[in-house]
Amino acid sequence: MAASIKAPPSSSSRIFPTLPRPQPLSPFKPARFTASPSPTRQLRSTISCTLVRDSAVRMDAPAQSRRPDSFGRFGSFGGKYVPETLMHALSQLESAFHALAGDDDFQKELDGILKDYVGRESPLYFAERLTEHYKRPNGEGPHIYLKREDLNHTGAHKINNAVAQALLAKRLGKNRIIAETGAGQHGVATATVCARFGLQCIIYMGAQDMERQALNVFRMRLLGAEVRPVHSGTATLKDATSEAIRDWVTNVETTHYILGSVAGPHPYPVMVREFHAVIGKETRRQAFEKWGGKPEVLVACVGGGSNAMGLFHEFVDDKEVRLIGVEAAGFGLDSGKHAATLTKGEVGVLHGAMSYLLQDEDGQIVEPHSISAGLDYPGVGPEHSFLKDIGRAEYYSCTDEEAMEAFKRLSRLEGIIPALETSHALAFLEKLCPTLPDGAKVVLNCSGRGDKDVQTAIKYLQV
Amino acid sequence: MALALKSTCFVQLKKPKSCCAFRSSRQLAVASTKRNTAMAALSTVSTIGISETFAKLKKEGKVALIPYITAGDPDLSTTAQALKVLDSCGSDIIELGVPYSDPLADGPVIQAAATRSLARGTNFDAIISMLKEVVPQLSSPVALFSYYNPILKRGVEKFMSIINDAGVHGLVVPDVPLEETEILRKEALKYKIELVLLTTPTTPTSRMKAIVEASEGFVYLVSSVGVTGARASVSARVETLLRDIKEATTKPVAVGFGISKPEHVKQVVRWGADGVIVGSAMVKLLGEAKSPEEGLKELEDFTRSLVSALL
Repeated sequence: MAASIKAPPSSSSRIFPTLPRPQPLSPFKPARFTASPSPTRQLRSTISCTLVRDSAVRMDAPAQSRRPDSFGRFGSFGGKYVPETLMHALSQLESAFHALAGDDDFQKELDGILKDYVGRESPLYFAERLTEHYKRPNGEGPHIYLKREDLNHTGAHKINNAVAQALLAKRLGKNRIIAETGAGQHGVATATVCARFGLQCIIYMGAQDMERQALNVFRMRLLGAEVRPVHSGTATLKDATSEAIRDWVTNVETTHYILGSVAGPHPYPVMVREFHAVIGKETRRQAFEKWGGKPEVLVACVGGGSNAMGLFHEFVDDKEVRLIGVEAAGFGLDSGKHAATLTKGEVGVLHGAMSYLLQDEDGQIVEPHSISAGLDYPGVGPEHSFLKDIGRAEYYSCTDEEAMEAFKRLSRLEGIIPALETSHALAFLEKLCPTLPDGAKVVLNCSGRGDKDVQTAIKYLQV
Repeated sequence: MALALKSTCFVQLKKPKSCCAFRSSRQLAVASTKRNTAMAALSTVSTIGISETFAKLKKEGKVALIPYITAGDPDLSTTAQALKVLDSCGSDIIELGVPYSDPLADGPVIQAAATRSLARGTNFDAIISMLKEVVPQLSSPVALFSYYNPILKRGVEKFMSIINDAGVHGLVVPDVPLEETEILRKEALKYKIELVLLTTPTTPTSRMKAIVEASEGFVYLVSSVGVTGARASVSARVETLLRDIKEATTKPVAVGFGISKPEHVKQVVRWGADGVIVGSAMVKLLGEAKSPEEGLKELEDFTRSLVSALL
């Protein structure tokens, strides 16, 4: 078996960030990250050779082999489009992030918390009855595995990043934490780690989302966080994010912003990806243990894209592994009421990064729609835009209705109530499975549990 | 139609102009020229650019008053009138905000103004049409304040070409820091648009030096750590920041974000600013007035009070 030639990476407990990966195809050159250029040096070079900046930076490496480059760019996506007030804080954050990569104490502390507090590693579960469901009349069909991030403490993958960033904030000496949240999962994860580390916590949440996710609002308050409703704009995740950024602009000297997705200005997309990369690393090892090979297809839902990036990153260089992201098509792609940014969006700048976004002909951001608050976002992480454009990952979408059906299906077939976000990925199996060969190994990131969504589901489902 | 609009505006203009006649001989001279050209309707007043305006004021020992208003709040015809009121009452440069759906750098007052403006259907083309009508009647150069996405959507080059056609002289893009300004600077230069960059209290000195080096028109010193909006007082840090910038450059420096009262204006002028930018306080007057007329009247009185503080 070809796959067995490649031994699984040693089950190193080194979860954060294995930036200088000692693999031949590693997208990173260790030297680049072990010593980050000082802000001054970076600045000077920007000024003196602005016009030749890109070629100077990229000459020594093919564009695709390092993600992102030292300017935080994934191809033309990413970057830092923020008010000047935040630029210094972003440089500080970048330096701290790189410094911690080589800090054994930090590493040890993070590993311990991920194991004993978060409950890692999360299982790779063979979904036997779901697999059965997709068997064709001749008994053939793909094998479906779920990466059980829903079993993490707080019920979703979001805590991987929240724990690491809280530790990082402590190192930066910042005791006030802010975060935005859509479905409330990132807010709950942030409130949880703030309680755990004794940090002040303020969560911005769209007023409309607070209504949809009342249970999570209560959880955050119970954990000691202040939840601030955001009424501006469409009162959803994008507005909560804008408000969190405004708070950060105002309190940047005392506050760390725990951004919850692989979106926002550099270094957030790379940092959040690295903190979630543990999902893919465990998957590789577990797949090897279970069937002695790699998965053939990875499937994950994409709002901002953190759970998908966490799963994909480990496999981006394994070209034979298909990467599939599933967006929210809301009432349908042609309804104008959806959140399918990669499918229907155009390139622009939102919340600090260049990426695909939903916008009108004047460049105003368009109100997205999804039944799932966590996918209801008009932008997407810049690395997803990059992976789409270079053709490395595929992106599809599923409607509210399809997601609801999948929500019910997994509950009935596996006794697992998935988050509505995850249900979009699950819904795509309907289209995907009939096209896959017999025995193909599919790993779907079961990014969160659905308890938080039962209020929404009650309105929809006849059970 | 165009003529009718102009004559209406002209009637409305008379009053503020007489109110502010004490501003300076320069203003008076320009104002009288303008009156004639406005009547002629087709000819234009050729306004000087932003850095030239600062140079001129410096020679006269004056500090620039730079008011900001949001285009289309409460509507574009009021904006047109407000521009003329501001111009005739002694403003030296006028900053016009292009409303955006997600204004990250703005506090509640300007956010709300942008939301109202967009809800009324204000769009970029309508703003440009309005400017084409009004700019020729102004003696002060106009700088646009726009977030990056609307500029990108149109295409950076096309955007610069359009605003240059409309007679705009300057541009402030609050969500594009120095590192990302390459394309903007190139195209702005091509179309003679002065791209103003911002420096803030959190900007390290080495970085500030690079920013002032690249900034055109003037250096925009953000006076407080935070978003736009009125504040009780001006941070004492501004004095040091101004001194540091002045050591790094001979370019004019204007202070903004949180300047809302004549006392603030006096304070930053004492500290050596070459210009003061007043935004949210102006926007609030127009936004909260019972009628556009009342808003314009209050705008005029307020501008006058700021002009007095500069004397």
